[in-house]
Amino acid sequence: MIKQTFRISGVLAALTLSFGAASAQDTIKIGVTEPLTGAVAASGNYVTQGAKIAADELNAGKGVLGKKVELIIEDNKSNPKEAVATAEKLIISDKVPVLMGAWSSTYTLAVMPKLMEYGVPMVVETSSSGKITTSGNPWIFRISPTSEMEAKAFGDKVAPFGIKKADFLAVNNDWGLGAAQEFSKMLKSKGIEVGVIETMDAKATDMSAQLAKIKASGGDTLFLTTGVEQITLVLKQAKEQQLPQKIITTGGSSSPDQLIKQAGDAANGSYHLLFFAPWFPETAPNPDIATKFVEEWKKRDYNFAGLTEGFRGYDGIMTIAAGIEGAGKADPKAIQQALWNVKVHGVNGDISFIKQGPKGKESGQNIPNVFVVTIKDGKVSKF
Amino acid sequence: MEQLAQHFVNALILGGTYALLGIGLTMIFGIMGVVNFTHGELYTFGAYMMFAFVMLLGLNFFASIAVAILLGVALGALIDFTLLRPLRGADIDTTMLVMIGAWIALQNAEQFVWSGIAKSVDTPFPSEPLVIGSVSVAWIRVFVFVAAIALIAATYLLINRTKLGKAMRATFQDPETAALMGIRVQRIYTTTFALGSGLAAAAGALLGPIFVVTPTMGDLAALKAFAIVILGGLGNIVGATIGGFVLAFIEELGAGYISSGYRDAMGFLVIIVILLLRPQGLFAQKERVG
Repeated sequence: MIKQTFRISGVLAALTLSFGAASAQDTIKIGVTEPLTGAVAASGNYVTQGAKIAADELNAGKGVLGKKVELIIEDNKSNPKEAVATAEKLIISDKVPVLMGAWSSTYTLAVMPKLMEYGVPMVVETSSSGKITTSGNPWIFRISPTSEMEAKAFGDKVAPFGIKKADFLAVNNDWGLGAAQEFSKMLKSKGIEVGVIETMDAKATDMSAQLAKIKASGGDTLFLTTGVEQITLVLKQAKEQQLPQKIITTGGSSSPDQLIKQAGDAANGSYHLLFFAPWFPETAPNPDIATKFVEEWKKRDYNFAGLTEGFRGYDGIMTIAAGIEGAGKADPKAIQQALWNVKVHGVNGDISFIKQGPKGKESGQNIPNVFVVTIKDGKVSKF
Repeated sequence: MEQLAQHFVNALILGGTYALLGIGLTMIFGIMGVVNFTHGELYTFGAYMMFAFVMLLGLNFFASIAVAILLGVALGALIDFTLLRPLRGADIDTTMLVMIGAWIALQNAEQFVWSGIAKSVDTPFPSEPLVIGSVSVAWIRVFVFVAAIALIAATYLLINRTKLGKAMRATFQDPETAALMGIRVQRIYTTTFALGSGLAAAAGALLGPIFVVTPTMGDLAALKAFAIVILGGLGNIVGATIGGFVLAFIEELGAGYISSGYRDAMGFLVIIVILLLRPQGLFAQKERVG
């Protein structure tokens, strides 16, 4: 009986292997790990939708290396442990030569040792913690800005805000803490006083205690760093407590249209740092690409609010496709080498990588564009 | 001082909802000896029912709350009928495993039906808050607080002043003797589970519109509910009510004056300390081995 089971499993294994080999020849696989459920599900779903648009666009054209692109999308459940499990599954079982993910800095940082272990490159589409590109992981290529870049870009636009004293409310993880640190550094360098720096758990829903403390700080501006779900709650609760501060969100995950819909009045008067402004695609650095992307998004009846996240998935997959094309084969090592030379016209702008981190094991970092928008009377307008 | 007043009001309102979450759970544990892992899912269910009725069907907000609670009661009765009734007298571990399974199945079903993206529920209350001096609070929160206190009081009266409550208390003390006295113990169990579930659904229906509704919202709520029940003493309704307020005050003041990053940890830290000093919980008279 045992022998027989072994024999059957042997046959099954052979079958699986041959199927695997067959499909590997037909398509080029790209692994995607995003939070499709859990605390930051909205963003992960939007990024995935953008990725699908990119894959379909590639497949409608010449494909990559003459083959069709196949996205293998896994749900990391807004959880760093699951992010590691999905990356490992994609690498070992699906044998993808390259990954895109994992949205949150915390999930990305959790996945990074696995990239080293198996030698597979990953294009990071959203995460902004500085650590990701400075910790000496040569398999990382980030197209999103670091919190430092974002703070610096905002620094050039900060004067009209007339900020005298700023407070912070950040999600208690690598992303939020990093952003609070970089933005307060930038503000201090401009002679702006920094008041309280408060944090909240990524799953927390009631931020009234933090807001009561922030209200008492006497600041005029609150920098808020978290996902759209928590931004919604903070805006609503800030209005409930009549917070005097003007709210500016950082990190580009605020999906302003979703805020207008879900937070209503409470969203008015807030400012948002974004990496794509889909309301005015014609003003993007690559207006044709941006306009085409927005039109395709609308045609598919995807949620318009998701565009500010969705473009990340599109740019990420296009960058990967350029990497594979440059490598000439779907091999992890070759793709890693080729990514250093890509020049992609993306929705955010032109994508290419500079070296960051310790010498000899640098990570790739793109220098993206940053935009500021504001919500007035339930509408988004350019700042 | 102004900040303290605001914290105090915040904690009071939060405490009301925590207490509501706690009493349903403690009631089921006390009377049935069942560790109800589906409590958080009933909470989520209540919130989604609000979304369905208010946002999709356009029903009246207050009527929707009533319907959501009734459906929670019905779902609770169904769970008891299909899962718990066949397991009466079974080992507590067996029941616990079944309930964990039900929890996972319900959560995934919610994910499947509603997708992972958060939903929000509109309320009929003005968006301008109620302002008294330096303290400001949303009208919806005032309403939720009043409703929670009313539901807690109603539960308390039901258990202490009605014939059904008497039968429930008798079953709590000794199910066998209660059965000999002509109490239909099976029916009491089903009623208890349905009522406890209804209270969880009520909490979800009330809090869903304040926050956003997601399939995993029940996890944090259930965790808090367990903490409250342990704090108040297992099976003790008054204990759970006070436990809810204690936890809310610890969290609110801890976050306001010590560290907001450790807001949730602080509640649990206090629970560990209390359990070390008083393993039966703050208000339990005798230890009850489940």
